[in-house]
Amino acid sequence: MSRLFLKALSLSHFRSHRATRLALDHRPVAIFGANGAGKTNILEAISLLSPGRGLRRAAAGEMARRPEEVGWKVTAALDSLGQHHEIETWAEPGQARQLRIDGKTAPQAELGRIARILWLTPAMDRLWTEGAEGRRRFLDRIALSLFPEHGDIALRYERAMRERNRLLRDGVRDGRWYEALEAQMASAGAALLAGRRAAIARLAAVQPRAEGPFPAATLSLETPEGEALPDSERALAAAIARSRPRDMAAGRSLIGPHRQDLVAVYAAKAVPARDCSTGEQKALLISLILANARAIAEDFGAPPILLLDEVAAHLDAQRRAALFAEILALGAQAWMTGTGEELFDELGEKAQRLEVREAQGQSLVEMRD
Amino acid sequence: MADAPQEIEALIDMMARLPGLGPRSARRAVLHLIARRGQLLAPLAQAMQAVAETARECLNCGNIATADICPICASEARANGELCVVEDVADLWAMERAGVFRGRYHVLGGTLSALDSIGPEELRIPRLLDRIEAENITEVILALNATVDGQTTAHYIADALEGRVRVSSLAQGVPVGGELDYLDDGTITAALRARKTL
Repeated sequence: MSRLFLKALSLSHFRSHRATRLALDHRPVAIFGANGAGKTNILEAISLLSPGRGLRRAAAGEMARRPEEVGWKVTAALDSLGQHHEIETWAEPGQARQLRIDGKTAPQAELGRIARILWLTPAMDRLWTEGAEGRRRFLDRIALSLFPEHGDIALRYERAMRERNRLLRDGVRDGRWYEALEAQMASAGAALLAGRRAAIARLAAVQPRAEGPFPAATLSLETPEGEALPDSERALAAAIARSRPRDMAAGRSLIGPHRQDLVAVYAAKAVPARDCSTGEQKALLISLILANARAIAEDFGAPPILLLDEVAAHLDAQRRAALFAEILALGAQAWMTGTGEELFDELGEKAQRLEVREAQGQSLVEMRD
Repeated sequence: MADAPQEIEALIDMMARLPGLGPRSARRAVLHLIARRGQLLAPLAQAMQAVAETARECLNCGNIATADICPICASEARANGELCVVEDVADLWAMERAGVFRGRYHVLGGTLSALDSIGPEELRIPRLLDRIEAENITEVILALNATVDGQTTAHYIADALEGRVRVSSLAQGVPVGGELDYLDDGTITAALRARKTL
């Protein structure tokens, strides 16, 4: 069976960890310990092995251990489809994060080629009730995990839109300049929309149809105006151009993929996710993460590394058992945190156990067998 | 405390501001120059003095010249109707090193960037439009970077010239001597889109 897993992980001066070194195998990893012991910091370190700012979206400087602030480093040995890779990422004080793969300096996008990492954090529990931005980011991360080029496309779109917003705010009236930027927005925007639609279609194809512990969600895209965005680059450019007078009055771009919202409906009950109970919302999120993981397993050739923060605590015993069964069936190295060891009892020998304690201002991690 | 006399420290300070040099390498370079005062330092100072007095931008194309009009714009042999638009002088020199382009250039001096307050007026775009008729240009070749700003600028210029002259851009794709295995996805996509029949 093809696998993707961390064989070794070391955290140096990273948040609460001064020097944590772990040797691992492919099994899921159960991390337990008191609140504030430093469990989530381990997951955050792993999340930096995928493109972007990690699961807390923190700046490089925030991840340095205090009070030393000498900079930090995360090193990992990755087994990806039978290939061995060494990944190092670090930041010196006051400097941007750097990355080396197999000893060579590499752009972050390169991480998407060798590793796929998905996460679920307690902060995402509010995903369905908060603003559209969080849901867009959630969908774009799914798309990025399935299509690594999605990240560059999103950056291109963002850049062109920021340029156009600046023209709008400065009251520039050079129609040609707008047209040139709108062409860039439409070219990247059409690709961005296609990526999002393809991601939704891909998840729909691998979601279970039957009613189970993790219910299927029907996903769709909505715009604030209620009118669907045009598919083609040309039509999108025309729509953005038509919106120019309104945009000028508003001082920002009012039409485009940056205004889309992800709508989820609890399929079996036909209830929108935002109206579901807290427990159902959580189950829907887990269902989507698992569907994403299944799609990656098929397309990439191995299931992704999963980072599930405090996932066990919010589930009843039946759903928890179902989640563990899904993870084991997938064969994913899932990193799960919880306050008590007993939360992971059902996994027995099928998981590795780490106990995290806080002593004298630093996290101490012990492997438990 | 400075290690060297004040004048030499001042020189090291100036050198350290050059691209590619830091405080240590500037110090090494200055020591090297002083050790070869006759062969290197004095001629360098003279050469710099001469360039400081004569170097200026070509009034026509923006190239760096020692006269009001650069040798390329002054040469009738380069008036073949082709005009290559580049972002800066380093790009012009790169094209000249290749030695295949026999027309003239137009140096924009950057790319359109609203965020950096660089608009068409700051970029010699009005001058470019004037040159089309004045120099009987038949084709404008856009040799701009494949970044969002570069492509926005290319689009802007192509739009401004529409119907007046043929506008083309450099091809994007597999570099000469390049191996597919080492190319990124974007380059391969561009190369595939721009494929040609053999």
